[in-house]
Amino acid sequence: MQRHAQVVSNKESSAYEVARIRTDFPILQREINGRPLVYLDNAATSQKPAQVIQALNQFYNHYNANVYRGVYRISEEATVAYEEARRKVAQFINARDPSEIVFVRGTTEAINLVAYSWGRSNIGLGDSIMLTEMEHHSNIVPWQQLAREKGASLKYVGISDDGRLIRGDAHQHLEAGNVKLLAVTHVSNVLGTINPIRELTREAHKYGCKVLVDGAQSVPHMPIDVQDLNCDFLAFSGHKMCGPTGIGVLYGKRELLQQMEPYQSGGEMIREVHLYEATFKDAPFKFEAGTTDIAGAIGLGAATDYLSNLGLRKVRDHDKEITKYAMDALGKVKGLTMYGPADPETRGGVISFNLADVHAHDMASMLDEDGIAVRSGHHCAQPLMERLGVAATTRASVYLYNTEDEIDRLVESVERAGRVFKI
Amino acid sequence: MSSVYSEIILDYYRHPRNKGTLEHPQISAKDSNPLCGDIIEMQLELDKNNDVKDVKFNGQGCAISQASASMLTELVKGKKLDDVRNISKEEILSLIGGQLSAVRLKCALLSLKVLKTGVYSYLGSESSSKEELSQL
Repeated sequence: MQRHAQVVSNKESSAYEVARIRTDFPILQREINGRPLVYLDNAATSQKPAQVIQALNQFYNHYNANVYRGVYRISEEATVAYEEARRKVAQFINARDPSEIVFVRGTTEAINLVAYSWGRSNIGLGDSIMLTEMEHHSNIVPWQQLAREKGASLKYVGISDDGRLIRGDAHQHLEAGNVKLLAVTHVSNVLGTINPIRELTREAHKYGCKVLVDGAQSVPHMPIDVQDLNCDFLAFSGHKMCGPTGIGVLYGKRELLQQMEPYQSGGEMIREVHLYEATFKDAPFKFEAGTTDIAGAIGLGAATDYLSNLGLRKVRDHDKEITKYAMDALGKVKGLTMYGPADPETRGGVISFNLADVHAHDMASMLDEDGIAVRSGHHCAQPLMERLGVAATTRASVYLYNTEDEIDRLVESVERAGRVFKI
Repeated sequence: MSSVYSEIILDYYRHPRNKGTLEHPQISAKDSNPLCGDIIEMQLELDKNNDVKDVKFNGQGCAISQASASMLTELVKGKKLDDVRNISKEEILSLIGGQLSAVRLKCALLSLKVLKTGVYSYLGSESSSKEELSQL
């Protein structure tokens, strides 16, 4: 009885909060074709709250300066804010130390950094890199390049028809030996599948296999504890988690980052430079050559503040609620196919679908006519599209500001498309 | 804003005219739009005066790319090759009607691009047409 009461009150407070949260996002005031914008392309990029936009403004208007070397007041302020952002990000994912946080441009650059630096020293002839069939191109192509360069091979963990990893494949590959790295997405950007990272990592480590996690679709949406996951690397982007574009993060275990060679070289990352040789700073600085995206990092710090204030558990619950609502409603549309796990408990807020023979781009264009922003195409996951046997899907992806009313508009518009195409 | 998904577009999408392949085409060209995976092949059979005797398209993709390809085949049938060469993108867009975003323009104009690639290649003026094709 008490438990029931608690659930009800949670629901009420979260419904109240969504309305308030929406007022933090200036863009949600926009109208498209005379109707309020319904933004459901959050897996591509999220919208930004005023708090983050203000942090960027504050930096540029009050203490814009380059970091570390200036001895003057505003440079010192910029350095403090930049390092404070690193500390916030470390705390956000429960890293042991801010030195485990490398600022990069985004998930793609983070993965490339590991492929070029760790990969070049640790992957050799005859070694294997294990990937999964549900990876984004950014977690496939860098490994293809590395494998080609080193004479290593790629091994894939397949997926079941309902879009979950076939764990037995991973086990077989590990047993076969020489698998040096598992690079796996935490949440699929097409299917929404949440992969069991902790378990995968535990098994991989038994075989001396390191684990890189693509957290682009998980870090914005759920509490992440890298010590609990025990992954060796975690890559994610700021712009999908209320932060600015152009900033992202590579988390790496301290001892690994310390061993790794720099990825790019130049200013800021060096200790001493002589005419014919140079020595490098410690991690994370040796990976941050040149002037970094200082404003972006500060904006990302503000985004982690924003998300932490809301509470990632609540964000996850909200995503799940809206996802469940959307899956139930879309499931009733005649001729509609959804991809990925059926249970919202085991998936993030990414819903890929097709309506009969309506091409995904036509669907997205029709939704756009009604002011609804979704993604259509192969979602940078062509191997997965092949596995699903489709050329493209339409993808609606939700975030902390989406509402059931917006899902109603989505469904109404999908139904309109069905009528136009005479499904 | 008028929807591009008119009855006419839907009709051409569901019941494409001149879809298929020709046995002896003098002109045959194919291209795809990597962004959305639309594929269009255009084939032309000419008579001895270089008029378009028969035309077919084949392909797969969104309604806009497929309907516009079908409409284009009707437009070129019986035309002189020189006139085919001068078909403008505005002509295609007015056939389609409705408003298209920049991304969807590529879908609408893929068939014209393929057709012109084939015609220029047949006429041996490929290099001089590069610039025009890049506009499509």
